[in-house]
Parts: sequence; structure tokens; C-alpha cells
Amino acid sequence: MTSLEDKFEESKKLGLQIVKESEEDRLMTLSVGPQHPGSGHFRITIKVDGDYIVYCDPDPGYVHRGEEKMCEYRNVIQNIPHLERPVIHDSNNITYSYSLAVEELVGIEVPRRGQFIRAIASELNRQVYTLYWLAIYGIFLGHSTMFMWPTGDRELFIDLLEALTGARVTHAYNIPGGVRNDMPDGFKDRCMRQVRYFEKRLKEYEDIFYNNPLFRQRTEGVAVLSKEDAIKLGVTGSVVRASGIPYDIRKAEPYDIYNEIDFKVQYMKTGDCFARSYVPFLDMKESCHIIEQLLDKMPQSGEVRAKLQPNPKGPPGEAYRRVESGRGALGYYIVSDGTPKPYRVKISVGSFRNMLALPYLLVGQKLADMPAVYWSLNYWPVEADR
Amino acid sequence: MSSNKEEPKKPVPASSSPPSKPSTTTTAKPPAKPAPPATAKPPATAAAKPVPAAPSPKKEPEPPAFEKGLADQVKKRFGESIKVVFIRPLRIKIQVDPKDTVEVATFLRDTMGFDHAESVAGTDYPKENQIEVIYHLGSYTREDLAAHVLSLTTRTNRDDAHLPTLINVYKSVEYHERETFEMLGVYFEGHPRNDRFLLPEDWADIPPLRKDFRIKGR
Repeated sequence: MTSLEDKFEESKKLGLQIVKESEEDRLMTLSVGPQHPGSGHFRITIKVDGDYIVYCDPDPGYVHRGEEKMCEYRNVIQNIPHLERPVIHDSNNITYSYSLAVEELVGIEVPRRGQFIRAIASELNRQVYTLYWLAIYGIFLGHSTMFMWPTGDRELFIDLLEALTGARVTHAYNIPGGVRNDMPDGFKDRCMRQVRYFEKRLKEYEDIFYNNPLFRQRTEGVAVLSKEDAIKLGVTGSVVRASGIPYDIRKAEPYDIYNEIDFKVQYMKTGDCFARSYVPFLDMKESCHIIEQLLDKMPQSGEVRAKLQPNPKGPPGEAYRRVESGRGALGYYIVSDGTPKPYRVKISVGSFRNMLALPYLLVGQKLADMPAVYWSLNYWPVEADR
Repeated sequence: MSSNKEEPKKPVPASSSPPSKPSTTTTAKPPAKPAPPATAKPPATAAAKPVPAAPSPKKEPEPPAFEKGLADQVKKRFGESIKVVFIRPLRIKIQVDPKDTVEVATFLRDTMGFDHAESVAGTDYPKENQIEVIYHLGSYTREDLAAHVLSLTTRTNRDDAHLPTLINVYKSVEYHERETFEMLGVYFEGHPRNDRFLLPEDWADIPPLRKDFRIKGR
């Protein structure tokens, strides 16, 4: 057996130039994204030592659109359509907290039926988003059935939302004062049917995906985020709930009629990739119960939105309101100077907060585990960029 | 602690169990209900409406007992150097001097239980030649604070915007402060990276969220 040193000496005799590798040469820099399908519109610069990731630097901003600046040029109603662009799959939730904040500033009381309908629309939209996320998570772990099934079932929810709002993905349905229009006839039955069907499907998802030994091996014990670190990093949504903190805005600070709804906050304690991917699934299950209750308890008739003046404006002031979106807490901080246009709008999104956990979790993992870790964070690049 | 609503809480056993993973998923008891006046409807109008009608008695939105307790706790520790503003139930704003931010934030984290920052927002006030930076702080560890968002605000001079970073107190502000740096041009002393984040690398203009930056054609 010749050692490396011997080989080196031998090569010198032969007149060859073999350069000894230094620590720096061992590392290889990879740029994942911003156009890589596995990263979304988002670049992660990583350095690998062999198979292991030793450095990670997230670089968002590829699809930054300046939503916050745009808000300062339009009045509160004109702002709605462009504000839902960051997350078109979850557009009812991203306009929900905006509506709540504007209602607080202007002083609008939402009719009870309107509160129910926009809660239903938001829950349905959350299902759409989570199914889309699940499909992506499935395909990047090499499970193509898990890409097909949620994509197909998502279509049924989109059809429901189309019947309700008139558009497939960008609804502009939640507005300050309630919702834009009332439910169509027969929507309640159709929605109930769909939810019952979906509850059956969720069991099949569990069998084929979450109980799949291959999936378990790829995710269990991978990239554990402890409870203390989750608090320190300030992550939110399913990521923080997977680390053992039962925090859900719908329970913590109930908005609209959520304090009348009976549901449990779903959380796990392991904090690994499996927990982070399983908590959104549990949320979908719970969301089905919420939709059923909402449909049952909804008043059969009544106004769905409050009368607004043409250019709604309130006294100078500020408001910070949050809702639970598919990716965690979604808050709007709005400063008003008494004119119809907001003086300052800050959107605090779950994706941006969860991104901080990415370098923390990725360093030390194998390169092959990158998609499993990255998508488990429930990260939506366009939302983080705003 | 002048908490007025410490409900007895009992851990509720698991109701929805994972496929074959006992005891990992449990179902949580909801965090303690917010104070009685803090339900969804009244604060919106209560906080916003009376202001234009009668600005004469400045003290009219009287804070509920719990919020008052929180405010008194901070006031007792820091006295006159800070100003506590009550916005509405569940929302308190603390205005501090830039030199005190680290000390106040450490107190809020260690003594009062606000353990993470949700967002950092900056607002430009050209008329007063100031930029206000707002840290929205929340709590995961204390259930009675779950509904509360405490705003820690500080102001800096617009021409030479410098603030001490809070990254050593709240790790969660790292990216938020970086964003505030590039969007409003506030330099955070002690922050490891005051550099480009969301804007293009070749951005060569003033920070876009300042009021003197105008969108072309508007």
C-alpha cells in the first residue's frame, strides 16, 4: 500500500506536477436557483465538502416587485389585486389580514354572514395552497404519484373557489368590509360534498406517502429544529408547530368568527423534516372540520359586506393585524396619515421569517437532502420577496 | 405580574394520531383566551373612532388591566426614558431612545417573555427629518401573551441614519434588519451584514422606501 505522501514523492520523480489540495480547494460552490425548478425563484449559494453542505447563503429578491412601495400610490381598495400577487395560490389569506387592518383603521364593522363567507374562502384557499405545496414536496422526493394526486384534488377546490369568487386563482374576494359577492345557490351542498370526498382522500395520501418507508427514511430525523432554536429564530406556521410549539393565530388571536369555531391546533414535537411535512397535512384535516362547522353555523341570509364610502379613509393611526395563512402568520402593519392612500404598508410574511432557518438547517446535511429540507420549510419565494 | 386571566390549563391528550407514530402529534389546548375586551369586533372601532370626534381628552382609550400591567412593568423599570403608547387592546407601543434599545429589548425578552421578533418595519417621516424603526415583538413561551404584539419603536435622524442592531437580543431580526437597511438606508451598527438583499445587485438609487424616491410615471 502506498500512502498519498509516497505517491506525491513518486510523481515528483516522474516529473509530474501534482498539487496538494488545500482546504479551500476541497469545497465546491454551487448556485442553486434562481431558475432551478427545485428552488423556485430563489437562489441559494451553497458550498459542499464532498457530499456535505458546509455553507449556505440564501439570496432572495429574484422576483421582488416592491409591493410595499406600490401600496403608497393607491387607495386601500385599489391595493387589493396587486397585494395578492405574491401568493396567488393563497390569495384569500394574503388579503384577509390587509382587510382586517384597513377595517381597524377606517372603523368598518363586517356583517356576520360576510365574516363566515370570507373565513370559508380562506380555508378553501389554504387547502389549495397546501395541496400545491404537497405536490411539490412529493415530486422533489421522487414520489410522482404524490405530485399527481394533490394536483388533481386541488383542481376540485379551485372549481369551488371559481364558483364562489369568479376566478380560479387570483380572487380579490376578501375586501375591507366583507366579501365582494354572495355565495351562489347550492354552494353549501357542493362544498360539503367536496370536503367529505377530500377527507377520504387524505387517508389515501397517508397510506401512499406518509407511511411510505422510503419517504420516512428520507425525512425522519433529518434537519431537526429544536424548540429553543425555533423560538430563537422566530419561525412561524407549520415550522414552529412541528417543533413543539402549538401556536396558531386562529387560536392565539382569533379574528372574525374563529372564536366560535371548535378546532385543535395541530403540532408535533420532533422538529424534523417529517414533522414539518406532516403538520400541514394535519392542518388540512383540521381545516375540513372547520369548513364543515363554518357551513353549518353560517347565517342563511343577510348582508355580506358593509357599505363603504368611495374612498375609504380613517383618522391617522396605525394597525397591525395577523391571520394564519398556509405558511404561518401573515401580518400587515399599516400606517395611515388620514388620506385614502396608506402612508406605509409593511407585509410581514411567514416565508420571509422561515427563511432564517434555512442556513441553520442545511449546513451539515447531505446535498441530496436539500430538497427535503428546503421544501419542508413551507417556503414560497415569491411571497418572501414581495 | 398583574395578569388578570391566568386560566388553569390542562394538557389535552392527543386526538389526531399520526399513522404509526405514537406520541409525536398531540393536540394543543388553545392558548389562553385574550382579555374580555379584546374580542374581534369592539377594538377596531373603539380605538379608531373616538380620535377624530373628540381630540380634547387625550387619554380616552383606557387600556385594559392586563395591558396596563405590562405598561407599568416597563415604566417601573425604565422610568422617564421611555414612552408607552396604548394603541388598542393587545397592542402596546414603546418608544425609546436609540441608545436604550438594546437594554429595553433585553428586558422585554428576559423579564417579560417577548421572545421573538415578527417583523421590523421602517417608516420615513421627511417632514420631521426622521426615520422610525418598529420591532414587532411576540411571545411563543407565555400563553397569556400569545395574542399580544408589542411594538418597540425608535427614531433616528434621516440624514445620518444609524441605529444599534438588536441581533444579539433577537436573532430573528437578522433578515428584517438587513431589509430595513436596504429599503430605508438605516445602518445597523453591529449587524454582520448591512448589504444587498432583495434589490438587484446593481441598484444605484436612494433607498426605495424613503418618501423622496418616486416610482417613475406616478
